[in-house]
Amino acid sequence: MSALAQAAAELATARKDILRIATAGSVDDGKSTLIGRLLYDSKAVFEDQYAAIERASRGDHVDLSLLTDGLRAEREQGITIDVAYRYFSTPRRTFILADTPGHVQYTRNMVTGASTADLAIVLVDARKGMLEQSRRHAFLASLLRVPHLVVAVNKMDLVDWSEDVYEGIREEFAAFATKLEVPDLTVVPISALQGDNVVTRSANTPWYEGTSLLHHLEHVHVASDRNLVDTRFPVQYVIRPQTDESRDYRGYAGRVGAGVLRPGDEVQVLPSGLTTTIAAIDGPDGPLDAAFPPMSVTVRLTDDLDVSRGDMICRPHNAPQVTQDLDAMVCWMADAPLVPRMRLAVKHTTRSVRAVVKDLQYRLDVNTLHRQTGVEGLGLNDIGRVTLRTTQPLFVDDYHRNRVTGRFILIDEATNATVGAGMLTPS
Amino acid sequence: MTTADHRLTQLQTLEAESIHVLREVAAESERPVLLFSGGKDSIVMLELARKAFAPARIPFPVMHVDTGLNFPEVLAFRDRRVAELGVELIVASVPDAIAAGTVRQEPNGSRNRIQTPVLLDAVERHGFTALFGGARRDEDKARAKERVFSFRDEFGQWDPKNQRPELWDLYNGRTHLGESIRVFPLSNWTELDIWGYIAQEEIAIPALYLAAERDVVDRAGMLYAVNEFITPKDGEQVERRSVRYRTVGDANLTAAVPSVAGTVAEVIAEIAVTRLTERGATRGDDKVSDAAMEDRKKEGYF
Repeated sequence: MSALAQAAAELATARKDILRIATAGSVDDGKSTLIGRLLYDSKAVFEDQYAAIERASRGDHVDLSLLTDGLRAEREQGITIDVAYRYFSTPRRTFILADTPGHVQYTRNMVTGASTADLAIVLVDARKGMLEQSRRHAFLASLLRVPHLVVAVNKMDLVDWSEDVYEGIREEFAAFATKLEVPDLTVVPISALQGDNVVTRSANTPWYEGTSLLHHLEHVHVASDRNLVDTRFPVQYVIRPQTDESRDYRGYAGRVGAGVLRPGDEVQVLPSGLTTTIAAIDGPDGPLDAAFPPMSVTVRLTDDLDVSRGDMICRPHNAPQVTQDLDAMVCWMADAPLVPRMRLAVKHTTRSVRAVVKDLQYRLDVNTLHRQTGVEGLGLNDIGRVTLRTTQPLFVDDYHRNRVTGRFILIDEATNATVGAGMLTPS
Repeated sequence: MTTADHRLTQLQTLEAESIHVLREVAAESERPVLLFSGGKDSIVMLELARKAFAPARIPFPVMHVDTGLNFPEVLAFRDRRVAELGVELIVASVPDAIAAGTVRQEPNGSRNRIQTPVLLDAVERHGFTALFGGARRDEDKARAKERVFSFRDEFGQWDPKNQRPELWDLYNGRTHLGESIRVFPLSNWTELDIWGYIAQEEIAIPALYLAAERDVVDRAGMLYAVNEFITPKDGEQVERRSVRYRTVGDANLTAAVPSVAGTVAEVIAEIAVTRLTERGATRGDDKVSDAAMEDRKKEGYF
């Protein structure tokens, strides 16, 4: 094997973090141009793709924003309707970027993109400053507990690289962010069109002391974003081979939601409450000495208990709350409104139950954060605080404490559509 | 395998995500099936399915939509792999459908579009409720917009403007009778990830993916190997060139690329510096229009 081939094989299997990014913004913010710039400058654009956008570009420059245009309807209307996923990598990290629409009409798609993100980029046009839309994007990122938020102040070339403009937006945003519990906020002045501070530091912003956007994406610390303390293992699937060579094998397959599991650990199984120990953990390549998020593993227990899908394995003195009463912020995603006494299906971890809406406490104005009480229902893209009563107990934590056991989706059993996303709040 | 700082490699992260998806469908869907063509993506998907349920057997059958235009090496590979794993293979045959008169091939000999009705017919006959496909989001701009769980109506149609919201990893695979879900466990893998995984796991692949001296004709810049489906037309020169396949679709439409990569590691080295998307480089059928894939997906294509 040549040295080059060896190096390439190593590159493909390197121990690299995957950083999941969500962007939100409208066409005018230059979001598509920024993403096109990141893809192009990190060499994730192929020649045939470039040739296609070169053909489609109008004007003097190749329009990098065309790289992110997807569906025919989107090209026709000049808008982004749904989330598109983009992939690029640098020697340091791999990036999965969820490119989401910015318009209020597509909030549910934005929430889809942000739900899996480690970092959200909110774009602000330097000439316009913070708009209602920027506030909404930042709010949604904080509601979904995206751990890192970046505000990219774009089109700095159109305000003559003014430090005052940048500082004004930065201060305004920082003040707003204190209301949102944003754990990590970074503000970067850029020009997506010309590439300033996107991949490399720009000479146009000598007053800016931070790093380029890509440098930040490569270095932001994400390892500690996971909960490695409160062991939560929702049982997804029971593996029982019933073949001659594995007649006694009984394994509980699932994805580690939080904490670290090790053979020999004393564990408790919910809802039975019985305790036992972990006999072995099987990973994709055989036995493991530890399992942690986001690994998919199979756990074997010392005692022969009755465990099935929807059960939860945890530690005896650190169990989630077992409850039929849910208090949650709900993002509603259907045309027909959510109203009190409505019946819905709930999917929480690997457990599916039914629920009734007991109370709609308030609707939140996502632009002002004002709580409107006395509303009759939640309409499409509305967010509000809702109380639900479920038919069976769920094993829950606050979303703040544990993103895996603190979240659920709501399903309309008549249409089978996903109609809501819920994040549990302390009651 | 694991380290003290509880970090995974990129491929371990993707593997964990795919296994979670495979198990979720097996747990929730009444009758899933895995689409297996013998191509590299479906080979990786099948390997992930093996790992997801080990030491038990894969708890669902695999299905191949056979256009009758396959590379013989790929069919042989398919049959061998299925036998090794002890899974049931269902073949949905396009030639049989043509003989029965339910579909007709296009004048240019393409059977790409007519795979769809044959697939849908097989889904209906077997009552499949979920279909695993090996598609990746980095392949095409229509694919980039697709969910991991992609809802299809009774005609298998994709409605890109009205996709189900997909939150976290809480997938909604519910369907009514006749409807189905297409599930893409490899959604977040790139071409390079697939090859890296094949290298790391030492997964067997059909020899067509590796470079060898083959007789080819040059058609509009695309190199087609001479085989039972491709015969030189008048005036076409047959050349002996070292080529490999980046994708293995129908043998009458899939072009090879010039290459000297005789090992998987050398393939990775070539891909790492390549400047063309795999579909752009090798698929005559994707060159029709900017929205070729989008149109086919709306009709029920994978």
